[in-house]
Amino acid sequence: MRIAVDLNRCQGYAQCVYLAHKDFRLTGQEALTYEPNPDDERRLQVERAAAACPVQAILIDRLDGAKGSATS
Amino acid sequence: MTVPATVAELVRQFRANGRIVIVGASLAGLRAAEALRAEGFTGSVTIIGDEPYEPYDRPPLSKQVLKGWVPADHTKLPRLREVNAQWRLGVTATGLDRAAKQVRLADGEQIPYDRLLIATGTRARQWPNPDEAALEGVYSLRSRDDAAQLQKALAAPPSRVVVIGAGFIGSEVASVCRELDLPVTVVERGSAPLVGALGGVIGEIAAEMHRDHGVDLRCGLGVSSLEGDSGGHVRRAHLSDGTTVDADVVVASLGSIRNVEWLEGAGLASGFWGVGCDAGGRAFDINGVVTDSIYVAGDVARSPHVLYEYQFLAMEHWDNAVLGAEAAAHNMVNLEPHYRPHLLLPGFWSGQFGLNIKSVGVPPFGDEIVFTQGSVKERRFAAAYGRRGRIVAAVAFDHGKWLEYYGKLIEQSGPFPPPPPGWDHPPDMKPIPAEFPQPGVPTAIPDVVLTGHDPSERGAEFRPRPR
Ligand SMILES: Cc1cc2nc3c(=O)[nH]c(=O)nc-3n(C[C@H](O)[C@H](O)[C@H](O)COP(=O)(O)OP(=O)(O)OC[C@H]3O[C@@H](n4cnc5c(N)ncnc54)[C@H](O)[C@@H]3O)c2cc1C
Ligand code: SF4
Repeated sequence: MRIAVDLNRCQGYAQCVYLAHKDFRLTGQEALTYEPNPDDERRLQVERAAAACPVQAILIDRLDGAKGSATS
Repeated sequence: MTVPATVAELVRQFRANGRIVIVGASLAGLRAAEALRAEGFTGSVTIIGDEPYEPYDRPPLSKQVLKGWVPADHTKLPRLREVNAQWRLGVTATGLDRAAKQVRLADGEQIPYDRLLIATGTRARQWPNPDEAALEGVYSLRSRDDAAQLQKALAAPPSRVVVIGAGFIGSEVASVCRELDLPVTVVERGSAPLVGALGGVIGEIAAEMHRDHGVDLRCGLGVSSLEGDSGGHVRRAHLSDGTTVDADVVVASLGSIRNVEWLEGAGLASGFWGVGCDAGGRAFDINGVVTDSIYVAGDVARSPHVLYEYQFLAMEHWDNAVLGAEAAAHNMVNLEPHYRPHLLLPGFWSGQFGLNIKSVGVPPFGDEIVFTQGSVKERRFAAAYGRRGRIVAAVAFDHGKWLEYYGKLIEQSGPFPPPPPGWDHPPDMKPIPAEFPQPGVPTAIPDVVLTGHDPSERGAEFRPRPR
């Protein structure tokens, strides 16, 4: 699956890190780095992380698994 | 039919069957296409991009990807909705015929449009000496391919990396080098890293940050030439003070060039700083007249901003691309009075040396700075920029959550120095000069630039039309 984090919005609350620590990491106090292409097996965790983000900074692909090619 | 009814019918027909062409298949292009569909546009959308890849995200390239944590091809942008577009990837737009309303492609094809969005962004400025730039081991960083190559070179590992230019990308590259435990020398013509974007006071803090992390930082110096070995691999950088630095990887982070060459001759207000447009993304022609069918968004756009004396603002920031694309898409399929302005308060983030640096507003518009929260010593603070008693920007080091507060004050042209929120005030809250370089002093060009008042003032060529 594909994700992007709007780091302008992200305020380093680290909710996502608690819920999907394989895909979101804090380097230092506030600087978030993330895996833009998490394994599909971790979709549930990543979706939970996105839902829990207090500022809704995590953008998730809505087309994964949908019909048509990636460049539809 | 009454006139309003006829207009409504035309709009309905356009939304159903119109042809929209987007040139530039990256962040702004993709978000515009998604927004067009979200607005109910069901006509044809064609997206033209010279890179062979579907849209991907650039910020991770200089961070996660260089570090080797994420492969470069894992950065495809998520699709927020179906765009149902004709994708023309790997082909360059080479010309625009406004009279025939066609975009010319490198393969000779002409793509007709009813409405066009220009989202061709910027490219990295290459090392100016072409022979030296062609040496193996010399890189710049803008695309997925750049990142993949540079990542490989850093993993080799090199004996030393030289980074030329300490703007945001140069600083992020240096930071990654140190995280990878690579010796790195940063050469910056300005007095400190980030001075163009954030001024000398913050630049000094950034310089300490570099040095504390073991970067060999050389400011006030340029690289005069690069030397290669007999195999054509870079070996040494010669600096303007006569010294040399041995290195086998050189990263030129010299700022960017706007991709406007393909618009040559189209009569748009395009030039060095990008394509001039109104706050609704509608492109200006060369005489400052707004066009009806051509729109601009993202890094290549330049539009007047009400908060900054209506000066044209050029911004190379992620959220500017997203929000500018959404506003342009909305205006492409709506009519006055339903136009929407794109009057974003500029904002960016950067992650380097384990720190989160964020800013809102246009710091170089200010001439004074005041530390309002936290502690510079602990590298955890917020500071505000002011001009003539008004707050115009703010910057935060590991203090991101306070930026919204400063952003609101900036939007209201609040007082400077601003009333700091809450607690945690530094002992000395006296405004001091922010120390931006004088115009003309060479330094990295900041990512947000005020470029004057009228669309042709900076860069666009003036060609009066015969009456
Ligand atoms: C390494 C890196 C790190 C960054 N980090 C941050 C960050 O931390 N925070 C932040 O706010 N911003 C950051 N940015 C900036 C952000 O990525 C840009 O603002 C954003 O990509 C702009 O999107 P855009 O769509 O306007 O332009 P671009 O992403 O530049 O896309 C333009 C596209 O158009 C294509 N194109 C150009 N000319 C033609 C033509 N004639 N025909 C067809 N196609 C053409 C280009 O190849 C490109 O694919 C970073 C940028 C880079 C390079
Ligand atoms: S939960 Fe949201 S705000 Fe918090 S660190 Fe993650 S992305 Fe950022």
